[in-house]
Amino acid sequence: MTERGALLPSNLPARRRIGTIFYIILLCAALAGVVLLAVLLADVFRQGISWLNLRFLTSFPSRFPQQAGIKAALWGTVWLVGLTALFAIPVGIGAAIYLEEYARRNWINTLIEINIANLAGTPSIVYGILGLSIFVRWLGLGRSVLSGALTMSLLVLPVTIIASREALRAVPNSIRQAAFALGATRWQTVRAHVLPAALPGILTGVILALSRAIGETAPLIMIGALTYVAFVPSGPMDAFTALPIQIFNWSSRPQKEFYGLAAAGIIVLLGVLLTMNAAAIWIRYRSQRNLRW
Amino acid sequence: MVENSKPPQSGAAAPILSCRNLTVRYGTVSAVQNVSLDIPERQITAIIGPSGCGKSTLLRAFNRMNDFYPNVTTTGEALYRGEDLYAKDIDPVEVRRRIGMVFQKPNPFPKSVFKNVAWGTVINGFRGNLAERVEAALRKAALWEEVKDKLSQSGLDLSGGQQQRLCIARAIALEPEVILMDEPCSALDPASTARIEDLLFELKERYTIVIVTHNMQQAARVSDWTAFLSSGLLVEFGATENIFTRPQKRETEDYITGKFG
Repeated sequence: MTERGALLPSNLPARRRIGTIFYIILLCAALAGVVLLAVLLADVFRQGISWLNLRFLTSFPSRFPQQAGIKAALWGTVWLVGLTALFAIPVGIGAAIYLEEYARRNWINTLIEINIANLAGTPSIVYGILGLSIFVRWLGLGRSVLSGALTMSLLVLPVTIIASREALRAVPNSIRQAAFALGATRWQTVRAHVLPAALPGILTGVILALSRAIGETAPLIMIGALTYVAFVPSGPMDAFTALPIQIFNWSSRPQKEFYGLAAAGIIVLLGVLLTMNAAAIWIRYRSQRNLRW
Repeated sequence: MVENSKPPQSGAAAPILSCRNLTVRYGTVSAVQNVSLDIPERQITAIIGPSGCGKSTLLRAFNRMNDFYPNVTTTGEALYRGEDLYAKDIDPVEVRRRIGMVFQKPNPFPKSVFKNVAWGTVINGFRGNLAERVEAALRKAALWEEVKDKLSQSGLDLSGGQQQRLCIARAIALEPEVILMDEPCSALDPASTARIEDLLFELKERYTIVIVTHNMQQAARVSDWTAFLSSGLLVEFGATENIFTRPQKRETEDYITGKFG
């Protein structure tokens, strides 16, 4: 070794060892979530798969496990999410467009922004209390699927707004400038160029926000969604139940068979969630192909 | 070709664009200070100067694109055919329809070639034969032959030089009287640059062109008039020939001979 090299003590083997150790620690951290989820899934499938069949999907709940099904809860969730989407999507996207494209920097807009960020972190039970006092009692909508959907809309609105703003912000400014320079008004610019370019990102965010609504239980219990419903809601003013509530109900029964039903219900719930997330990924993939700057 | 070093003043044809004591500030910093100049019709006027001298800001003052930056204040006058572009009753949307712009980096919309050209006319209420209008604009931008078979392809599939000509076609489709160009060739290779420069000569038959450029050879090649800006101040303005062969100011001479900038 030359004299120059000798000046620097080359403890390379030790440095390499530390690198390897950290590599393993980081890998474990990355695997922890996935492995736990896999174990959980395996357990749920082991318990529930034998209960999962067409009869389960098309029957109403019953005292007798063999006859009990998830139809009312599944349709309740469909109604709930459908109505939530109807309220939350236009309001959420509208608010995001206002904040990103129109709002100037002033105290009132800053206040709105801070509030939205805080609302995104508010516990869902708080939204339940809000829904109970405003929609169920004050507006007199009762314990209806409409009350539930309005409450869920409030819950997912901040997330929808934040995701939509991110998507709008990702649209390069050069596109806006190009449109303005052609004598377009702000709305024409947003409508024709900014919104279409941001739509994949917005839809992804919206679907993820709605997935959250599907899994939420606390606010629904708060506003009094029923646990035993032997019918499918036929209108927005009907009483309803939803998948997580039905699962919660079954899992708190003493009879062992109901655990199996709860597990089967979880599989259905996960199936719905996975389908929605897959849709989000598909939309993003499909529309990104023709969007390059 | 032009003898005097002053642009045509009142007496000759009235300038299409001019500014009087124009100052543009970002917050408290002046990017353009007290600039007065007249831009003659159907000629090419180049604005040159070192980076950060305010040449792009000056250009954007002419179609109110500075409005989009927060904290920008514009004082003095910017006149279009004698009308103050910053008057209270002037709608900036109308200004931008009449005074087109081409940007530094080609920025076609992520839509078809046809839609890129057609959109501006449609939103401004054009209800005639769109196909004819688009073809005419693409021909004037010397792009028709290259894209006539791919009008439905994305504008982003074209080469950089073609994209920039598409952006020029897009501006031309509105039949503006003035086209502002903000370093339109800085992102292009020499061959594409040459094509754009050739195009500028054709366009000046019909349009007034104001071009900001970093490239002094380009200014010398294409422009009839040259304004030299430094630190937001207009140092010298005159016929390009004179600016490049007999500059009146020492600073101009230093810049064009490459001593600074």
